[in-house]
Amino acid sequence: MLAKTDCSLPTPKLSAILDKYKKSPGSLLEILREAQAINGYLSREILQLIAEEVGVPESKVYGVATFYSLFKTAPTGRYIIRICESAPCHIRGAQDVLAAIEKTLAIKPGETTPDGKFTLEFTSCLGLCGVAPAMMINDQVFGNLTGDRVREIINSF
Amino acid sequence: MEMVKVTVDGQTVEVPNGSTILAAAKKAGIKIPTLCYHEDFNVKAMCRICVVEVVGARTLQAACSQPVSDGMVIITNSPAVRQARKINLELLLSNHPQDCLNCVRNQRCELQALADQLGVQQQRFHTKTRPESPKDESTAALVRDPDKCILCRRCVEVCHEVQSVGAIAPGNRGINTQILPAGGVDLNDVACVQCGQCSLVCPVAAIYEQDHTERVWAALADPEKHVVVQTAPAIRVSIGEEFGMEPGQVTTGQLVAALRRLGFDRVFDTDFTADLTIIEEGHEFIDRLTNGGVLPMITSCSPGWIKFIEHFYPEYLDHLSTCKSPQQMFGALAKTYYAEKAGIDPKNIYVVSIMPCTAKKFECGRPEMSASGYPDVDAVLTTRELGKMLRQAGIVFSELPEEEYDDPFGITTGAGVIFGASGGVMEAALRTVYEVVTKETLPSVDFNAVRGIEGIKEAEVDLKGTKVKVAVANGLGNARKLMDLIKEGKADYQFIEIMCCPGGCIGGGGQPIPTTNEIRKKRIEAIYKADAGLPLRKSHENPAVKTLYEEYLGKPLGEKSHQLLHTHYTKRGKYPEKSVG
Ligand code: SF4
Ligand code: SF4
Ligand code: SF4
Ligand code: FES
Repeated sequence: MLAKTDCSLPTPKLSAILDKYKKSPGSLLEILREAQAINGYLSREILQLIAEEVGVPESKVYGVATFYSLFKTAPTGRYIIRICESAPCHIRGAQDVLAAIEKTLAIKPGETTPDGKFTLEFTSCLGLCGVAPAMMINDQVFGNLTGDRVREIINSF
Repeated sequence: MEMVKVTVDGQTVEVPNGSTILAAAKKAGIKIPTLCYHEDFNVKAMCRICVVEVVGARTLQAACSQPVSDGMVIITNSPAVRQARKINLELLLSNHPQDCLNCVRNQRCELQALADQLGVQQQRFHTKTRPESPKDESTAALVRDPDKCILCRRCVEVCHEVQSVGAIAPGNRGINTQILPAGGVDLNDVACVQCGQCSLVCPVAAIYEQDHTERVWAALADPEKHVVVQTAPAIRVSIGEEFGMEPGQVTTGQLVAALRRLGFDRVFDTDFTADLTIIEEGHEFIDRLTNGGVLPMITSCSPGWIKFIEHFYPEYLDHLSTCKSPQQMFGALAKTYYAEKAGIDPKNIYVVSIMPCTAKKFECGRPEMSASGYPDVDAVLTTRELGKMLRQAGIVFSELPEEEYDDPFGITTGAGVIFGASGGVMEAALRTVYEVVTKETLPSVDFNAVRGIEGIKEAEVDLKGTKVKVAVANGLGNARKLMDLIKEGKADYQFIEIMCCPGGCIGGGGQPIPTTNEIRKKRIEAIYKADAGLPLRKSHENPAVKTLYEEYLGKPLGEKSHQLLHTHYTKRGKYPEKSVG
């Protein structure tokens, strides 16, 4: 069973957040946002502590956390690769680019490499249709991608 | 109540103000097709299958959610309505596996029935964009098949609002939306009590019970095996519905005949061990009451309730009676007492239970439930699975003669029968406890205060000077209320009966679909009818139970009883997944 005193849990920082919102019901989104800042994602332990405090089942808190793409329920890599899944990129070969990334890193969208370096994700249009297919790695943008080029880019990180 | 007049397809009807269009149409004799709507739940208006035209309104309206107003003119059957309904359904189907022939809900599926009703004859849209997901077969009782889910959210409602468990909820978004346990883990890794109420309300084959029919067919075909079957009290008032009979019929005799035709070597009645439960539990209660034991004592027949308290109130397990459920008592005796009497090696005895309950599949697999050295119970069939086996065997249920159960576990009383309805265990216990304590005959065996579908019931009984206050709860949301009272030290009861499912076992998660509160009430009436029709109404008057004590068990709560008929519980906690805490 989950004990609130378990020292492996990020209780002090989380308690401060939970205390802050104690008197304002309906602040689940704010709590989740601040809690995510503690270590970059919302672990099951954090979701459970929030569920206890807010008084709703963990399944519902998890539902909210997975509804918004801003929230992460698994640790992400140091570099987040966001590949555009919109129609223009699709037409210009985003599938091949995706396949090359998947092969190079041996992960699928939504997954993180075992060394914690890369996370692969889809994104909606990046506004880079002129240089489709396009992707972002953290804040950097890359366009006119091909399988070969994307391999080089990844290897340069 | 203020009444309003509305016109539905040219007919004028009068309905209470605030009624939905759906209800008004029903009054006019029109059944508007629905899918996500369920009469016992809040309206969600997710599917838009129920759309109708309202004269003057700009768009089509959802009949299940739209209230009527005075003078409203409704058209339920126009080309626009028919087309909209059909397109909505076809869009749903475009993302649905076209798998009816291989599906457990084939011919018993609301989606399939709608496709027929709305005249879908071909697949026009091929937009299967939803990613496929594997089935979740992690629990002993249930299978989840997310690919078949139409996201109506009925299961979520029953799990959260009725059962107060909250094991599953919608997660992710858009095309990736699914009904999920927290963390997207397997159902077995969260605090799900395996009550199967979700499987009872699911319109399609997205949640259903783990199949035990194949292993039962195999045992029946095995010449080495002596296959005995027990029928729970609630089956006799519901199995007829599997064959199109009206809810509320008592079909005990046909049930026995049907099981014999399937090839069971002995057809026994769980009512027998229900009577036995009353003797053991009654004495346990008297012992706690007179010797300062933990009170209130809470009943332990309902495995979904047991799992609930183990997850959510693990610090209160010593309030539970240590009695095994009647199903498990039966299995333990079948492989010891009965095996000896019949001269059969217990390893060759195969015990099948017919249960209204999916959690019984979980219960029979609990490691402590093997008193004889073999599992007490080998297979658990829900009422639905029994219906399926009888159909496979071509047995025409309605035309069967009435037959009698076999001896010795076929001799039962009305007290055993009423275990099937909420309040029944309490009433049966009071019939016995009263007479054991006061040594006097009860003036009336009927304890009406504990009967009925109401969520929480209370009564007070005077045992000649000792006043005993009892409470009865059905549905885990109500159980939670009583547990919170105990937790706050505000419960002044001595004895509590809790059944996991709304209405008790007659409303169990393994019962025929549909099971609504209206149908539950009819089954409850049938249970008390069956009780009233029996010559013996009190467990301690059951001659076969008396013989069992004389020949084998010795005395209630004796050593043999403890070994075979009593059990212990496990602290599970709210977040059972191993990786957590
Ligand atoms: S759930 Fe219903 S519609 Fe879907 S495959 Fe099964 S029977 Fe057919
Ligand atoms: S079996 Fe009961 S507890 Fe488990 S998900 Fe279904 S309704 Fe909820
Ligand atoms: S699992 Fe069944 S009841 Fe639950 S949302 Fe899906 S279709 Fe509806
Ligand atoms: S039944 Fe009305 S919207 Fe689903």
